[in-house]
Amino acid sequence: MKGYEYHKPQTVKEAIDLMEGLENAKYIAGGTDVMVLIRQKKLAPARLISLRNIGDLNYMETEGGLRIGSAVTYNTIAKNDFVQRRYSALADAVKKVGSLQIRNVATMGGNICNAAPSADTACPLLVLDASVIIAGKTGEREMSLDDFFLGPNKVALEKGEILKGFTMPAFGENTGSAYFKHTRRQAMDLPMLGVAARVTIDIGGSEVGCKDAFCTVDSISNILKRLEDENLVCEDVRIAMGVVAPRPIRARKAEEALKGKVISEKLFEEIGEIAASESQPRDSIRGEAWYRRDMVKVLTKRAILKAVDRVIRPDDTIWPDRLW
Amino acid sequence: MKKEITFTLNNEKVIVEVDPKWTLLYLLREVFEMTGTKEGCGYGECGACTVIIDGQAVNSCLYPVMEAEGRQIVTIEGLMTKEGDLDPLQKAFVDEGAVQCGFCIPGMIMSSKALLDEKEKPTEDEIKECIEGNLCRCTGYVKIVDAIKTVADRR
Repeated sequence: MKGYEYHKPQTVKEAIDLMEGLENAKYIAGGTDVMVLIRQKKLAPARLISLRNIGDLNYMETEGGLRIGSAVTYNTIAKNDFVQRRYSALADAVKKVGSLQIRNVATMGGNICNAAPSADTACPLLVLDASVIIAGKTGEREMSLDDFFLGPNKVALEKGEILKGFTMPAFGENTGSAYFKHTRRQAMDLPMLGVAARVTIDIGGSEVGCKDAFCTVDSISNILKRLEDENLVCEDVRIAMGVVAPRPIRARKAEEALKGKVISEKLFEEIGEIAASESQPRDSIRGEAWYRRDMVKVLTKRAILKAVDRVIRPDDTIWPDRLW
Repeated sequence: MKKEITFTLNNEKVIVEVDPKWTLLYLLREVFEMTGTKEGCGYGECGACTVIIDGQAVNSCLYPVMEAEGRQIVTIEGLMTKEGDLDPLQKAFVDEGAVQCGFCIPGMIMSSKALLDEKEKPTEDEIKECIEGNLCRCTGYVKIVDAIKTVADRR
């Protein structure tokens, strides 16, 4: 193996300056992708610039929204109670990446910058309206995550620029979100399909929730049936799908079809159909296109149902998960 | 080009010359000759190389050796007491018959050690989650989970 030099800058500026002056250099964060690629000889950098020791990339603030630095590890995010409650889709995703050993070092910034179509955190971040903060030679800029993805393994980063972190707006109690990852085994598997949904329900000031004795054990389908005459309107919705296109995408037609409607399980089924028609999956080693398209229907419905469930039953009994 | 790094290995401060291209696993096995930590896949899939860094289970095969600087690293060799007694976790693995071919066991023990250090009474789900990144190709998971559970129950 050809060797490389290893740099450990302490600030973002130092890292960018280093990158500027060096040839064939590569940024490395958790290293769970870069180290594997080097070993597979798909990557032969002359220098690695570590982002692991930069304090400015390692922040997590929860006031008035959610701001996460790009070098925060998955496990740190997964353990955060606030993220679990208010940004559940993101918590769903970070808990299911790789294995515990991977989650202890892998970072969300690395996942996004790799821009694999299967990136686990991409769908949740898309539905949570995340924007990215990019630090470069001349200063910082902010752009929406949707614009940040250009294609498979391509993001809108100029040479030397560093993805500094993510910003998400604050969501109220009437918003729930969920992420479903379809895999053959639970750990250490890339998704053959990933679907995330965020639903904001118009509760018009009144208290929505399941109040009878069965509410902790009953399925969300039954609860929705009982709440039918309350006419819960879907105020805002986001649906994002992974692995069904060259990059993680939003299912905009499906979102349009759900927005402003009274929620019911039957409607969610139709939304699933629309989302499936928007997806363009292909055959691959992990699954065939027809199967993936079929599963988009199933998972879209489930993701919306679970997001609604998390609004109606925000109490502790739904952590950890019911059977889904 | 070699560089000098300092870190704590199994409660002892060590100063060692390393090549930046090494992984932590290479340093442990080839320089310190601590061959308890195994190399399985080398891609972070199997968990045989698990060590505890600053209290967290990490795949040492993906860990650039330069990042070890200043950290607290514990390997399977560090679990034994000075008198040569096994750690309660190791004893439980022996007593429960959790070891078959044995190749995955150092990784299994380090993963579960990190969990037991963090949580007093982990649930069965938490135990299974902590070894989800450790493959046992003798497929003896049931007894491994049992062994970890007995240690947790005895507390």
